[in-house]
This record gives sequence, C-alpha cells and structure tokens, in this order.
Amino acid sequence: MNVKMSRTLRDIALFIGMSAIGIVFIAPLLFMFVSSFKGDNAIFADLSSWSAYLPSETWSMQNYKAVFEKSDLPSFLLNSTLIAALVVVGGIIINSMLAFSIARMRWRGRNLVLALVVAMVIVPFEVIAIPLLSLVAKLPWPAFEHGQLVMHTGWFNSLHVQVIPFLANAFCVFLFYQFFRDIPAELDEAAKMDGAGPWTVYARIIMPNSGPVIATAAIVLFISAWNQYLWPIMVIQGEAFRPVQPGIQQFFGRTNSWGQIMAYASVITLPVLAVFLAFQRQFVASVAGTGIKG
Amino acid sequence: MKTKLGRENPFAVAAFASPALLLFVLFVVLPMLLAAGATMTNHRLMSPEPTKYVGLDNYRRLLALNVVAVDSVRDAQGAVVRDEEGVRYPTWRQVRKDKPELEGYRPAFQVDIGESRIVLAATDPLFYRSLINTFLFAALVLPLQCGVALGLAILVNQKIRGRVFFRTVYFAPVVTSMVVASIVWAFMLNTDRGMLNELLRGLLHDPNAGPDWLGDSRYALPAIALMSAWQGAGFQMLVFLAGLQSISHELYEAATLMGANAWQRFVHVTLPGLRNTIIFVLVSTTLLAFGLFTQVDVMTSGGPLDSTSTVVYHAVRSGFKEQDVGYGSTITLVFFVIVLALSALQRMLVSKGDAK
Repeated sequence: MNVKMSRTLRDIALFIGMSAIGIVFIAPLLFMFVSSFKGDNAIFADLSSWSAYLPSETWSMQNYKAVFEKSDLPSFLLNSTLIAALVVVGGIIINSMLAFSIARMRWRGRNLVLALVVAMVIVPFEVIAIPLLSLVAKLPWPAFEHGQLVMHTGWFNSLHVQVIPFLANAFCVFLFYQFFRDIPAELDEAAKMDGAGPWTVYARIIMPNSGPVIATAAIVLFISAWNQYLWPIMVIQGEAFRPVQPGIQQFFGRTNSWGQIMAYASVITLPVLAVFLAFQRQFVASVAGTGIKG
Repeated sequence: MKTKLGRENPFAVAAFASPALLLFVLFVVLPMLLAAGATMTNHRLMSPEPTKYVGLDNYRRLLALNVVAVDSVRDAQGAVVRDEEGVRYPTWRQVRKDKPELEGYRPAFQVDIGESRIVLAATDPLFYRSLINTFLFAALVLPLQCGVALGLAILVNQKIRGRVFFRTVYFAPVVTSMVVASIVWAFMLNTDRGMLNELLRGLLHDPNAGPDWLGDSRYALPAIALMSAWQGAGFQMLVFLAGLQSISHELYEAATLMGANAWQRFVHVTLPGLRNTIIFVLVSTTLLAFGLFTQVDVMTSGGPLDSTSTVVYHAVRSGFKEQDVGYGSTITLVFFVIVLALSALQRMLVSKGDAK
C-alpha cells in the first residue's frame, strides 16, 4: 500500500533472491567441505538429496587422517607454504621498491618504465610459459658439493624455479605505484629536509603508511603462488619439490575415494580462504581502485 | 604536488629500480625474445642433436591451410553412390593419392554441399580445432561470466541487510584454486550421480535426463564454461561494484525526476557510467578465457574427440609433453598476437559504441 510497505516487500524479495543465488555459488564448496567428513558410502547415499550438504551421522576425521598419513600432502603443503611465503615477502619488497623509484624519485625514463610495466600486466603467463621453460632449462645455479662451489645447469626440480620468476609482478608494481603516488609529498619532503636518504624515506615513511596496498599485494601474490599449476607440472618431475595443486591433481588420478579427495581439496583451500578473510576489507577496496583506472 | 628537489642520486635510483627490472628482463622480456628466435628453429627441450635453423617451417606447419573440393563416389554409369549414411565420399587417403600437393595435410573441417564435399585441410588440424574451441569457449564464457558478475554487483550494491555477507559468498569460488574447482565440478558433473544431473532429473521428472557432461563432445566445452564462470564471476563482481559506487547518486535522482523507470535508468545512467569498468572487465575476462588450460587438463585432457583442446593446451602438448620447444613457441607467439589484436579490437569497439 504505502511506500514503506512496498520497500519492505521489495527487500524481502531481494533477500530471498540473493539467498537463492548464494546457495548456487556456495553449493559446490559446501559439498566439498561436508563430504570431506563422510565415508564414501555416505557420500553416495546422500548425493541425490539435501543431505549432500549436511553433516551425516558418520561424521569423522577419517579422510583427513588417511590423506595426511598415506599421501605426500604434508610435504607438498610445506613446499607450497615455503614458495608462497618467499614470493609474498620477496615480491612485496622488490615490487614496492620499483614502484617507489617511479612514484617518488625523479629520473629520466621513469615514465617509459611505467608504460612498460603497464604493458606487461596484460601479458598472460600462458604466453611466456613455454619460452620460460626452455630458458630455465639452461640457467645456472650454484651449489656446494664436497666443500666446493659447482655450477649446475638447469633450474628444474627445485624450489627456486617456483619462486624467482614470480617475484617481479607487473600488477603489484602498478598497485604500489598508484598508492605511493597519492601519498602527500610533504611527508617525505620534511624527512628529506632532515637529511633522510631515499632508503629512510622508503622504509620509515612510505612503507609504514601503505598498509592497505601491502595487504592487497600480499593477497595477489599469495593466491597466485599457492594456485600455481601449469608451471610446476612442467618444471617439477619428482615428488620432493611438488606443490599442492599438481599434488591434488595427481591424487585425484590415483584415488577412488571421493571423501579423501574432498578432504585433500579442503585442506589446500582453507589457507587461501583464511588469507582472504583476514585481508578482505583492504582487498575489496583495492580491486575497486584498479577497475576504474584500468 | 611535485616540488623541485632536483635529480635523485642515480645510484639510489638504480638500487631501488634494478632488482625488479632485472627480473622482468630475465623472466618476461628475454623469454619472449628467445621465443621469437625459437620459432625459427627445431629446438627441443632435451636433445643430443644441435638445434637447426628452419626458417618459417614452424609457421608453415602451424598455419598451412588448403581447401579441397571432393567429388562423391560415382558408379560406372556416373550416378552418385549412396549408402545408409547418405552420399558416399572417397576417404582422405584416396583423395590424397590423386593430389600430391596435399602431402602432410589432414582434414580439419568439412561441409557437404549438394553432391560434393568441401574439405578444409591443414597440416596441423588440431591447432585449428583448438583455436575454434578457444574462441567458442570465450564466446560462451564472456557473456555468461560478465553478465552474471554485473547482475551480482547490482544485487550487492542494494542497501539491504547482509550485503557484505552475500558479497563474500559470491566471491568464495574465486578463492578456490582452478584445480580444486575443476575436481569438485568433475564430481558435480558426473553423469549417473552428479548433482547437476540429479537436479535436472528432479526438475524434469525424467529419470533418464541429464547428459554425459564431460564425456560428450557437444557438452564438455559448455560444461567447462559454466564451471569457469562460476569460479571467476565473483572477481568481476567486485570490479563492477566499484564502478557502480563511483556513479553519482544525483544522476539517478535526476533520471527518476524525469520519469525514467528502472530499466531506462540502467540503460541511460548505469551502463554509460560503467564504460571504463566494462572495458576493463571485458579485456581481462577475454585474456583469462584465452588462457584456458587448467580446467581442460584436470577435467577432460582435451577430449572427448579433441572437443576441449585449446590453444594453450596445444602449446603445452607440443612444447612440453612432446618437448618441441620451437613449435610450442610458435603456437604461443601466434596466440599472443591473436590475444593482443582481440583486446585492442575490444577497446576500440567499446569506446566507439559509447561515443555515438
């Protein structure tokens, strides 16, 4: 009848509609998570009804136990954690430094460098994967053997082949650049008057004021490092340095137990979900920023 | 904003800029240059034989096309021979015997017109198949994913309780890796017991409804497109949401005062206001769609009948699995040129459409 009533009705309809869409979006993930606690028989029995998304009476940690004890998941998890941590920490330092030099230092050619960085953002990794493969096959790597320094040829089957090529990230440089550019210039000028060098300005003034963009870069770098698939299937042959995504693909091919596969999938998805939920606010704000300007 | 502080110490600049720049040169620029060189060679990943210069052979092998008209089989009286499948045609082997210039060619596509058959033959028919599949995938996923994303953004932009919760729910699939998403969907798409077919059977009241999603060459690519849109739409939703929030409320109020209904407000206020956002989303989704690899590798391995083989999948198959780096690089380079041309074209079209 009146405006207020029709608004309430509209809101209720909206809420119901959004919930229905939400169910569609969350159902596969719910199925994954719920099934990881069920035995295979219970999963099959529940499939055609709503109970596929609900805990069953046979709720147990059996699948997780099996996955951790029988597969290489623990060592793959360790590999992925190390790779992601190194890419995140190294990537934040290296990319923010380049962005700092473009946004806060005056030198000839910085606009050209910025243009090249922006151009590199749209180069998909798939394009350089094969050429990169034949490049890293020839790169040298130092090692100590019997107290002597020897040079090995080829980066295959290592952690560094999964880290070093992904440290410099054009998208992250761009994110940092946009943020640094908008920090008021008075901040570092005051410091420069006091005789602070660029390193002090970077480490004491710019970086401490860049929390949101650091969080965003951390998420972008973490997700891309954790979800690496095409690259490791090409450069990692053995089990020793394999990360989790090729790991689950291999497990998927070898196992018939749906419950165990779902447990494996849940274990390797949770860290990303946790990182996202922790930094959600900054992330949403930053994605927003790139879209309009892109 | 800028003050005259003079030039920076060049050593300081170098110290800040060089680590990332060196890595870019080593791992982005150098591979691209090497790739351009490798396309002219028969370079293999691990080979005892020295690499040879082969000129444009790789490009020829990849791109060579030949159109052949094949006459139907005729009997002694010159009448067309028919069998239960219709007009009979000679096999490709018989066709090639009469035409030595077709050495190395295999049929990629064919159409029957009247009593003759037009065959498009290529030296690498799988490349053309993969190229068509990639375009098909992009054509399926682009409207689906971008449309869904825009719809979701409009929904979570409403002033309604729980919008942040819904936003998180819609975004959740993005956090899932493509490998995990593919595996979970492989179960959901299972013919006999998969959730999707159970749902179809329930809705249609037909116990036999539901296709063999990943095992039928007609359904495999659409199924992968559906799954990819589910996984990726949340990200574009956030981008659209930001675009929506940057449109001034006054424009909507003015439009309402002028008597515009919801649809008219959408067409005349929302869409023009989202112009830059739409360009960004279209270009980035196209890049993603053209990079299709993981889903195919996990769910179908390019099958059934090569119906889900993509350009990147073909490049990895040649460059990595068959270790033919020269040929793999050629596919990659041709792919890159196509992607660049497409995103340039998209930018042009969208900005033109807006200018009128």
